[in-house]
Amino acid sequence: MSMENVYLGIVLAPLLGAIVAGLFGQQIGRAGAHWVTILGVAISFALGLLVFKDVVFDGAAIYNDTVYTWLASDGVRFEIGFLIDQLTALMILIVTFVSLIVHIYTIGYMRDDPGYQRFFSYISLFTFSMLMLVMANNFVQLFFGWEAVGLVSYLLIGFWYTRESAIYANLKAFLVNRVGDLGFLLGIAAVLMYFNSLDYADVFRAAPLLSNLTVAIIPGTEWSVITLICILLFIGAMAKSAQVPLHVWLPDSMEGPTPISALIHAATMVTAGIFMVARMSPLFELSETSLSVVLVIGAVTALSMGILGIVQNDIKRVVAYSTLSQLGYMTVALGASAYAAGIFHLMTHAFFKALLFLAAGSVIIALHHEQDIRKMGGLRKYMPVTYACMLIGSLALIGVPGFAGFFSKDAIIEAVSHAEIAGAGFAYICVLIGVFVTAFYSFRMFFLVFHGKERMEAHARAHLHESPAVITVPLILLAIPSVIAGYYIGPILFDGFFADSIKVAPEHDVLARVGEHFTGALGFIGHGLAGPAVYLAAAGVAAAWYFYLQRPDIPPKLAASAGWLYRLLDRKYYADDINEFVFAAGGRRLGRALWKVGDATLIDGVMVNGTANSIGWFSGLIRQVQTGYLYHYAFAMIVGLLLLLSWFVVS
Amino acid sequence: MLSDWPILSLVIWLPIAGGVLTLLAGRGGDGPAVRPIALVFSIATFIASIPLYTLFDTTTYRMQFTEQVPWITTFSINYHLGVDGISVPLILLTTFFTVLVVIAGWEVIKYKAAQYMAAFLIMEGLMNGVFASLDAVLFYVFWEAMLVPMFLIIGIWGGQRRVYAAIKFFLYTFLGSVLLLVAILYLYFESGSFSLLDFHDVRLERVPQILIFLGFLVAFAVKVPMWPVHTWLPDAHVEAPTGGSVILAAIMLKMGAYGFVRFMLPITPDASSELDWLIILLSLIAVVYIALVALAQEDMKKLIAYSSISHMGFVTLGFFLVFSIFAQNHEVAGAAMGVEGGLVQMISHGFVSGALFFCVGVMYDRLHSRQISDYGGVVNTMPVFASFFVLFALANVGLPGTSGFVGEFMVIMSAFKANFWYALLAGSTLVLGAAYTLWMVKRVVFGDIANDGVRELTDLNGRETFVLGSLAIAVLLLGVWPAPLVDLMHSSVAHLLEQAVASKL
Repeated sequence: MSMENVYLGIVLAPLLGAIVAGLFGQQIGRAGAHWVTILGVAISFALGLLVFKDVVFDGAAIYNDTVYTWLASDGVRFEIGFLIDQLTALMILIVTFVSLIVHIYTIGYMRDDPGYQRFFSYISLFTFSMLMLVMANNFVQLFFGWEAVGLVSYLLIGFWYTRESAIYANLKAFLVNRVGDLGFLLGIAAVLMYFNSLDYADVFRAAPLLSNLTVAIIPGTEWSVITLICILLFIGAMAKSAQVPLHVWLPDSMEGPTPISALIHAATMVTAGIFMVARMSPLFELSETSLSVVLVIGAVTALSMGILGIVQNDIKRVVAYSTLSQLGYMTVALGASAYAAGIFHLMTHAFFKALLFLAAGSVIIALHHEQDIRKMGGLRKYMPVTYACMLIGSLALIGVPGFAGFFSKDAIIEAVSHAEIAGAGFAYICVLIGVFVTAFYSFRMFFLVFHGKERMEAHARAHLHESPAVITVPLILLAIPSVIAGYYIGPILFDGFFADSIKVAPEHDVLARVGEHFTGALGFIGHGLAGPAVYLAAAGVAAAWYFYLQRPDIPPKLAASAGWLYRLLDRKYYADDINEFVFAAGGRRLGRALWKVGDATLIDGVMVNGTANSIGWFSGLIRQVQTGYLYHYAFAMIVGLLLLLSWFVVS
Repeated sequence: MLSDWPILSLVIWLPIAGGVLTLLAGRGGDGPAVRPIALVFSIATFIASIPLYTLFDTTTYRMQFTEQVPWITTFSINYHLGVDGISVPLILLTTFFTVLVVIAGWEVIKYKAAQYMAAFLIMEGLMNGVFASLDAVLFYVFWEAMLVPMFLIIGIWGGQRRVYAAIKFFLYTFLGSVLLLVAILYLYFESGSFSLLDFHDVRLERVPQILIFLGFLVAFAVKVPMWPVHTWLPDAHVEAPTGGSVILAAIMLKMGAYGFVRFMLPITPDASSELDWLIILLSLIAVVYIALVALAQEDMKKLIAYSSISHMGFVTLGFFLVFSIFAQNHEVAGAAMGVEGGLVQMISHGFVSGALFFCVGVMYDRLHSRQISDYGGVVNTMPVFASFFVLFALANVGLPGTSGFVGEFMVIMSAFKANFWYALLAGSTLVLGAAYTLWMVKRVVFGDIANDGVRELTDLNGRETFVLGSLAIAVLLLGVWPAPLVDLMHSSVAHLLEQAVASKL
């Protein structure tokens, strides 16, 4: 089997599964739907392993070729094609692995749902779209995948379409993402204009030649073309990867069923923006301005969203804010030119965050869809497997040495400390404080759910038991890489794993500077113990333990005494209120005004019906003259004759 | 040889003959043969139009399948037909949609079904005539004649305020075309011929060019329609029966845009170049202002009507980008994408808006309401219908993979080359278009069952599934592989751009 067919198989297998389960769900039944989709994704995963081996271990040449021409116009060919390099190979594995596990977990989680087949169809369609996105060799296909994952996200957030909150959330998610897509599409248009191609290879090859070109968007101001392109593209990434201020859709996306929160809104789709910037590293490296923008936005997101995690009481929303914050860390890595560290964190995060979501899901179904952590507590003894897995996920998240998250997050923090571009100092402080915050909110949730008093209702407690194997086995399968994935830090970050798929300018190469001291994974742990991050994490856990297990009376008092601060956090910095008031209500009001005043009053009222009315009025006047009396007409003729005669005489 | 057949005459006169036959069959009540006759003729016309695509030579811009017979020799008026890569897709769109309209009206139209079917068949022939005419008088005759069946369709089978809407529709478009006639007569006296191709070559001074340009603009802008002469469209759509709305949105609006490329750009290139800012301004107002107005609509048909105006703004924008691009470095590179994008948008908008009007018709047939507030949770009782509706809504939003994306993408790419701000304003449709379309979907399709009317809805029948299914296939096919459509246009568009940037002064 040639490799082209392997690549095609990777994308088509899940698509086929999605089509069969979607169109023939009735005929094949529930089991048929989950078998056909799981088979599709399993084939993808297996082929993905083959590709990984081919590219990474056998050192196969980079594949970059066209499948078919989508459109040709004006001498430019827009094509559908694949670029298979180290970055793609790794992304394929992450996507298909997490997707496969989520597919299996879904059998248990959605067991009683009437939309069972539809759900499997959607998540397989998502897998197809995400694979098209990461395997693209050009901007058009990237945008196709980009929008397609957005579509499936829209469909899945609103999966329970009778819930008002769900269909509000999915509309919001779509619209906020569309704001980003506008930037992204304009970025693509800029690329097309200046490179006359949308093929990655062409663009990256020609990019250095354009590094001094400027453009005046507003007359009199000079913008570097590359900076313009990078910032426009990054606006797209900001929406998809939920960076401030386009982050507002992600917390609400938790209205969707938990398996997709894990797959789409934690492990894969939301990291598409991170992937995209890493893919575009040959462009971003040419613009320090845009790197600084990326760095600062990421740092603000990492810290400010983490802080919001502290005041959340919905178990999924805590994990959601944690995702926002971690996406901020990845973005910081990109801004610091440590793309490899960003992708590495993307990978470890995919494992431990999917684990946290699925474990949260396990808790949620055990409590019959209760999501309020204030009504949980003491679950450890009822759900030992879920407990252990959640503990592993949390330890990985907060960066306890030895767990996956430690390696990737510490690499980012180290890298930022070496960065020299504008905003690096600010970002370093943000990510350090963020470590404490992460540990605090994670273990606040952990203690409230699994330790302390059992606060659930008696009825719920009577039915408490560990989830079935179809749920716990996926948890275990994710817990394993959440521990061990970090030990690949050496090969992935410091041994040129990504080769030419990521470009870093020598003066920005912070990872090389981190790598100078690198002596292996264990050495990295030792090095980490000498830095502040580990102790900040420990302090966070200790604080959570004190406030929520030892002295649970303190937090309410604190919230009451710093009322304005608590309200600010509880209202999520008022971001939703501002968006609702200015954009949503403002847009509706403006539209109504334009309609009523512009269309109805001015155009139809004054111009159209006004013309008709004045013609009517005028003809009414004229009608007065036509009396029908012969002597009136004779009189008028005589007057006219007199006037004509006198005119002739005078002239 | 098949290519020697008078295919264009066939696609004009076959449906008209079918219409007459249908009328005869329906004399003295609704005869059983009425619907089958209409269906057979519409399908036959569609089949007859297929060779226009399969036998089309994409390598030349010259008119193909030409027919020329002297008609009124005193004024050298000819029965002159011919098509190029710009008109062929529009004729195919017309013949395709007429079949669907006949099928869709099969059971729904109970009052004067023969006349209803006949009106659509005759209109099909006349519309094909507009797209195929190469003689200005012939064009004008078809152009005006086409108003009559549409006037009747709205006035007879329409809703409550059908007479107001029909007269508004007729006056608007008729007044516009008077100026078209004046312009055509002036060009006849200048060139001594009524041939459009001669019009293309005739030299014109600046002032007459501007006046002719403005005359054309009024005539065609009303049909597109462009802001501020658009207010007849929402009224006409609201009152028209489903089939009328479908043909109005899918085909008739394209007439105006067709006039832009067949008349304005090649006949008055200098005026077009001088006044391109006006068209771009009006187009961008259509995209932004009308999208905001669409957001405020409470009637589904009005909402889709406003959405149509907004989407047609992309068409006119794409056509007139060439001059800003040419001004930069005297090259048209990048402009063809705008024009082709506009043309693709015309076809795609035909499918998508036509499909959306069918969807509203499906709901209207059941609940007799077009108000968004009378629906809610339709997906619970009509899941198959809901899937189609959401698909077409997403195509309206311009989602990649649907036809709606292709034209918008191409126009935005080209607009960026002309001016960053054009692209930004045009691109606002990504957000606004999604807002008004998906907000409607949210209120109509999703949610809990809103009332007893929705509770008793029945899902699509076979006939409706066929109509929406065919459109869904067209929308997806064009989205996933638009190349065959666009390849049809290259030679004609390249020639058009040469004409547009060649001065006639």
